Amino acid sequence: MNARWQRLYAWLDERVHLGDLVQFLGKKYVPVHRHSVWYYFGGVTLFLFIIQVGTGILLLLYYKGSEQLAFESIQFIMSRVAFGWLIRSIHSWAANLFILAAVIHMFSVYFERAYRNPREVTWLTGMFMLFLGLGFGFSGYLLPWNELAFFATKVGTDIAGVLPLVGEPIMEFLRGGEDVTGATLTRFFGFHVAVLPGIFTFLLIIHLVLVQRQGMSEPLVAGEEKQRPMPFFPNFILRDLLLWLVVLNVLAILAVFFPWELGIKADPFASAPAGIRPEWYFLFMFQTLKYFPAHVFFLDGEVLGVLLFGAAGLLWLLVPFWDRKSPQGVHGRLVTNAGIVVVAYIIVLTILGWFL
Amino acid sequence: MNPVAAPELQQQKRDFLKYVLGGGLLAWCAAVLYPVFSYLKPPKQAEVEVMSVKVGKVETIAKDSGTIVRFGTKPVILIRSAEGAFHAFAATCTHLDCTVQYRKDMGVIWCACHNGKYDLGGRNIAGPPPRPLDEFRVVVQGDEVFVSRKT
Repeated sequence: MNARWQRLYAWLDERVHLGDLVQFLGKKYVPVHRHSVWYYFGGVTLFLFIIQVGTGILLLLYYKGSEQLAFESIQFIMSRVAFGWLIRSIHSWAANLFILAAVIHMFSVYFERAYRNPREVTWLTGMFMLFLGLGFGFSGYLLPWNELAFFATKVGTDIAGVLPLVGEPIMEFLRGGEDVTGATLTRFFGFHVAVLPGIFTFLLIIHLVLVQRQGMSEPLVAGEEKQRPMPFFPNFILRDLLLWLVVLNVLAILAVFFPWELGIKADPFASAPAGIRPEWYFLFMFQTLKYFPAHVFFLDGEVLGVLLFGAAGLLWLLVPFWDRKSPQGVHGRLVTNAGIVVVAYIIVLTILGWFL
Repeated sequence: MNPVAAPELQQQKRDFLKYVLGGGLLAWCAAVLYPVFSYLKPPKQAEVEVMSVKVGKVETIAKDSGTIVRFGTKPVILIRSAEGAFHAFAATCTHLDCTVQYRKDMGVIWCACHNGKYDLGGRNIAGPPPRPLDEFRVVVQGDEVFVSRKT
């Protein structure tokens, strides 16, 4: 280190005791085993979130969140602003990859039982961030105010409305009225750029602090001979960064060669177009709703569907508290089978939703 | 002061303070939350109650077709059957709020969102819709077509 940097370091260290942090990082190790590769997906998700914040701020410079101007402002970004097409395309692609990375991260944690004691809080904050991520996707989808988004938002908010008792007020709160209108766009814009990022950042800090403090979870069954762990700094960090670079390149290729469509402007007095469907990560739920009959016993089909998905989501969220096997160091068959069924269900229904 | 009664009295004082302060805190929370929650609920917009809408001339509406008509703030679908008869329904699918369309090839009113189907009488015949579409009245005066609310 040259003398000037050393002086700066000494100046900071004297005031905020950087030495403790450096010592902590120096002692931190990442376990090495045949499942180590899954450790990287959390970092990839984080990287994509950072991309979203950056490109989101850039889009904010030109985006206009109103019924009359939203669609046109994105047209403007894509056709007139230098590299506007690139920034917008990256934001859309990174949003999808973010959800994908977060889902892979979540399932790897689930199957590795990394949520078990003492990491329940890390799991809970992660799951809440995944839900917020879906909220980011849902609210961001409407912002271009195109036809697909308009009807997707009608359906999505109406689903909230079918819940008994609380449904109606929640739907009106989300829509800013009885129907999806410009008022909905204003609210979703606010959620997307202020409310959700605020809560997300708070959870993210807790999540990362816990990961640093508790270290990486090790596999449950320590049958294999122990390999030497890898130092977090710099070995693991450098591998992380290398992967981030790969992801950035993939993102650039996708954004350039498969630019994100804008579609046609929403018209509240047009029929829902054929072939309408939500973003791929909502497809399995969307497809399920198609199969539900109008009435099941005394319930409307969609009420039952929503309640079932809600119950399943809650059970999934609470897995660290009902999985009794993993604290004993055993891979419980119930958890594994439930996970396989859920993954298979999501994949099959997503494929059906995509092609039917 | 009676030395035996003192702790009891103290306890009573403490309880009194606990209730006053606790109640005050609750009242304070309510005073903060009530305006916030009220603010979240969008106000009802005054709407002009539309009773009837002129769609156009009979000859401009093709047989075996469906048109979306703006009825106040709501879409209404006007169907003209192959025989030339008119029917009108609220175009909002009773399932999850999408706007329906007339499908010539199937001869039904169809919702693209979840594949719901209604016959030309507005009855839900297939897919997830739980109820028939609300019916509107169609009046032909001279050569003009009007859609109006059923009273």
